[in-house]
Amino acid sequence: MTVLADDAWWHQVVDFSDYGLLLGLVQYSIIAAGVLGVVGGVLGVLVMQRDMAFAVHGVSELSFAGAAAALLIGTSVVAGAVVGSLVAGLAIGLLGARARDRNSAIGVLMPFGLGLGILFLALYDGRASSKFGLLTGQIVSVDGPQLYYLIGICVFAAAVLVAIWRPLLFDSLDPDVAAARGVPRRMISLVFMGALGLVVAVAVQIVGALLVLALLVTPAAAALRVSSSLTLVPFLAALFGVTAAVGGILLALGGSLPISPYITTISFVIYLVARLVGAVRDRAAV
Amino acid sequence: MHRVPGSITPRKDPRTDPRGGIHPAETELPTDVTATHPTPHAHRGDPVLSMRGAELTLGGRTLWSGLDLDVHPGEFITVLGANGAGKSSLLKAVLGLVGLSGGEARFQGEPVRRGDRRMAYVPQQRVFPAGTPMRGRDLVALGIDGHRFGPRLFGRGAVRQRVEQVVEDVHAVEYAHRPVGELSGGEQQRLRIAQALVSDPELLLCDEPLSSLDLHHQQEVSLLVDRRRREHGTPVLFVTHDINPVLPLTDRVLYFAGGSHRLGHPDEVMRSDTLSELYGTRVDVAQIGDRIVVLGAPDEHPGARTTPSSPSSASAPTTGAPTSGGTA
Repeated sequence: MTVLADDAWWHQVVDFSDYGLLLGLVQYSIIAAGVLGVVGGVLGVLVMQRDMAFAVHGVSELSFAGAAAALLIGTSVVAGAVVGSLVAGLAIGLLGARARDRNSAIGVLMPFGLGLGILFLALYDGRASSKFGLLTGQIVSVDGPQLYYLIGICVFAAAVLVAIWRPLLFDSLDPDVAAARGVPRRMISLVFMGALGLVVAVAVQIVGALLVLALLVTPAAAALRVSSSLTLVPFLAALFGVTAAVGGILLALGGSLPISPYITTISFVIYLVARLVGAVRDRAAV
Repeated sequence: MHRVPGSITPRKDPRTDPRGGIHPAETELPTDVTATHPTPHAHRGDPVLSMRGAELTLGGRTLWSGLDLDVHPGEFITVLGANGAGKSSLLKAVLGLVGLSGGEARFQGEPVRRGDRRMAYVPQQRVFPAGTPMRGRDLVALGIDGHRFGPRLFGRGAVRQRVEQVVEDVHAVEYAHRPVGELSGGEQQRLRIAQALVSDPELLLCDEPLSSLDLHHQQEVSLLVDRRRREHGTPVLFVTHDINPVLPLTDRVLYFAGGSHRLGHPDEVMRSDTLSELYGTRVDVAQIGDRIVVLGAPDEHPGARTTPSSPSSASAPTTGAPTSGGTA
């Protein structure tokens, strides 16, 4: 580019020349993001019921530390992220059964994880974009077989969630009665943290450790504003998650900005619309 | 109500004698719907629940010991006592969620075990947060298969039918389609009773299900429990801090205080001398109208699991000073 036109900045945001070519190159990224959108949305419903948004954030910081460590020693970033988030998820699951204990445990773990991650990145002398990508996301930097892993992990986590869905919801809603009915509370909570860890590890690759909540909490929060049906809420959450994740990538392809701001913005706009719809409906009901 | 004379009316009330010892509640036409004759099935057949020399120690403190209790079909046993005296822990022990430190507890002849779904548990009313993705019927359905893993692939129709039937039984059809977060406390408790009944239990364990309900809903909820045991002979262990809403239903009272307990007919237990002995300090039991009021009952000693902010603590003055509002 020799002359910078007035609208050059705009072309960074959207520029759909060569779009078809780009689309072919990133089709697996799009599939991975779509699968994550579905699983993240459904998982988010449980995260909201168990009041664990903060835990998601904590797990994602340790996932980042794991990924950074993997980058440093030259192994798979996905594997590093999975190990980091599983360790964090299980630690949180074991340390604090009650919300207050849990939140303090997370508050302690989170800065430690972030600090470790930054240390590993500082020691790493590879490409700078990989460093930045772990915090703010850049799925395009994940390629080849890694993407299959991401999709496989999501599918596995989804199967686990389907299996524990009802007892977990029972336990979130009414722990005493669930225990009396024989729901294995501790086991189910640990399994949930494991599934959460896996999904977070995938989300770290796609939106980055700092923005994981945009796919794991926002879609579910939006769905809960518009419905309280046990079947409709997870469906809507998955729909919103896919819209944000896939929509974000499709838009990002048209510019030269990272995909994260697109995903988080779409997610946020969906939430705003859902709030509005919920408020209008509540008013109509009165 | 005439079966609550406590220490004021002697048990050998002349009114009972001409009818050959028939319970006074039967000699009068009940004006109150709750004044039905309790216990059509009581003391028949083998006990559903049987505890022998049971002792419970939590955190190094013995809550109760030497507890012998047989609960027969159709019996309504009201469990009273100060905060932290081990009322709720009794239910947890029966449910197998905490282990006895001594003695034994048998349910239908076998040692109690965790997750025995022949027992049903109704907890204290707790506010469901708004935005809980669950409607009234979903809450009831959890009583059928909430513990089960995997999606509900088969038998959806049967589940729906059974839920519908119980929802009608507890007269909750009007609001069973609404999100649980929008329901009032009384509506919630009706659905919780439905959730407990939907699995057709053989023993009903209620842990302060009436607290924070108004008088009207207290009566409605206790009527539902009462109907279950009259129609199906399901015995009830009913933990409460106020005996009055369930006094007409109560067959026996189990009163915990001062590390000890008394078990017997309300007339025998809800007396000044009995409770004074139990608490080890002067306690007055008075009857005001058809209500029983316990005055001067101290709360359990420090270290008890008390929740100072809970509504139930208001009934057991920590100072031990008499308060007019202190009911048993």
